[in-house]
Amino acid sequence: MSLSATTATSDAPPPGQAQDKPRPSGRLQFLDLKASPYLYIAPFFVIFGAFGLYPMFRTAWMSLHDWNLIAPERRSFVGLDNYAALLKDDYFWNSVFNTVGIFLLATIPQLVLALALAHTLNRGLRWRTFFRMSILVPNVTSVAAVGIVFGTLFQRDFGVINWALSLVGVDPVDWRNETWASWVAIATMVDWRWTGYNTLIFLAAMQAIPRDLFESAALDGAGHWRQLWKITLPMLRPTLIFVVIVSTIGGLQLFTEPLIFAGDSQGGNVRQFQTVAMYMFEKGIETTTTAGYGAAVAGMLFLMILIVSGVNFLLVRRSVR
Amino acid sequence: MQSAPPRPPTTLRPGATRQPTGRHPSAARRLWSASPLTYFALVFAVLLSIYPLYYMLVIATRSLDSINNTPPPFTPGGAFGDNLTRAVNAKDANFLIGLRNSFIVSTAVTVSVVLFGSLAGFAFAKLRFKGRNALLLILLVTMMVPTQLGLIPLWDMMFTLGWDGDLKAVIVPFLVSAFGVFMMRQYAAQAVPDELIEAARVDGCSTLRIYWHVVLPALRPAAAVLGLLTFMEHWNSFLWPYAILTPDNPTVQVSLAFLSYAYYIDYSLVFAATAVATLPLVLVFVLFGRQIIGGIMEGAVKA
Repeated sequence: MSLSATTATSDAPPPGQAQDKPRPSGRLQFLDLKASPYLYIAPFFVIFGAFGLYPMFRTAWMSLHDWNLIAPERRSFVGLDNYAALLKDDYFWNSVFNTVGIFLLATIPQLVLALALAHTLNRGLRWRTFFRMSILVPNVTSVAAVGIVFGTLFQRDFGVINWALSLVGVDPVDWRNETWASWVAIATMVDWRWTGYNTLIFLAAMQAIPRDLFESAALDGAGHWRQLWKITLPMLRPTLIFVVIVSTIGGLQLFTEPLIFAGDSQGGNVRQFQTVAMYMFEKGIETTTTAGYGAAVAGMLFLMILIVSGVNFLLVRRSVR
Repeated sequence: MQSAPPRPPTTLRPGATRQPTGRHPSAARRLWSASPLTYFALVFAVLLSIYPLYYMLVIATRSLDSINNTPPPFTPGGAFGDNLTRAVNAKDANFLIGLRNSFIVSTAVTVSVVLFGSLAGFAFAKLRFKGRNALLLILLVTMMVPTQLGLIPLWDMMFTLGWDGDLKAVIVPFLVSAFGVFMMRQYAAQAVPDELIEAARVDGCSTLRIYWHVVLPALRPAAAVLGLLTFMEHWNSFLWPYAILTPDNPTVQVSLAFLSYAYYIDYSLVFAATAVATLPLVLVFVLFGRQIIGGIMEGAVKA
């Protein structure tokens, strides 16, 4: 059904014109030149506006209401009450704490690892395509599958990871029920899926750096890792900023991995790994009577993303001069 | 790989090039050739990347009791068919419907994203119109918008439209993608010569005919990559389908989630379903990996 809808709209723009007339009349051609570009870009702006942008603004509107998702008559304007309640909500602050913690625990090692891997891949290598493809395979795996497989790998009693740890004399870790351990488990899932992807982004940027910079540095006696620090990183600044911002936007919206790991949206028996997105889901979708409150959680999450992205931007810009 | 680093002048084999012809080449060679340690590190990274998928395959093909073994099983077994049968027959997850739905949704979205993306990308790259640069900038900014934050109002919209639980809810909002438009614009800018378009115009072609007969064929390589990336993204998509669809009519990822909740004791069943949901994409990736990696890396440099 959607297929026919698609073709219908894309064929729609100027109908009578596609006939086999050798030269359309002057006015038609004028119209075609002036108006048709807007028709071609319209589908994007209309559909994205309706289903992407409009809901974002509506979130702000809903957050000012006591909103019942399935009973429209039970909705009333409450001003900033939802936000006031949110600021005193321990579960909310708990989810903020968890989200930021898991985000840091996942993102920092991931970017360092991706840089190191990209640096390693950025030289004359055999089986180059094989290496690149292998590290990207995790990114093709669905998040749900990652949650299921790693949930089992991190199982307390028979999980492979506890078995491997036991080989070096570490006692079994209760990955689901201890706060730090659960964060590590979730950060591992995120990093497994995204490190290879970011490696390739970094690698692409590294390959755009002129080779003679490295060669003259090598003649001056700079080793590999010194070159990485003195040449590659400064040259990589725009890419680094881009990747950090994108990781921030994605990382703070973390949802699926902890959801599958927990089996529900509460994130563990004492909410030790419930993220803000999960709390938004719990309040705004699963509980249909508190959608306004859920929208307020979304509003706060937006604020968080803005703040952390801004701070990251400044940090990266300064440290990599 | 479209932009592989220029290779060192001679062979890459370590030890085979011991007599340097001068200082410069040898320094450059030492810089760009890889030591055994490098290969060791890379092989380790590859093992870490592959192992969880391999483990999935092992558990999916073994009978249930083997998950408790110490040490854990490292070789596949022969119980895959049996495990998959149990997964397919599992109540409340409708795995087969999920597979079918995901196929429908991903295909529909892919066709549309490629079509609208190339149409708009062509307009942005090759047509002159007022406000072009401003609109392109807006498009780029929308790529950064965390649309997940509109989840609750979007749910509300779908409920009002009566689309909740319906596949329309997971198709229609995603018929266009800013990334798709941008990627096609970048490719069209360099792959379609202006003279070709001018010539077609002189021959009396309308803009739409130029798009269909001249531009679209030239965009085919980029369209293929965009199509693959889009299909994968929507096959794997989770949060929104999970929010709006029900276990009666799920996508495959939603079905997996419900399987993993309800049958968390029966790992073999859950893993068999997970393998079936995952491996086709991995296979496609192995077949087209070069192009996909090329697309990702090319996009990265230009973005």
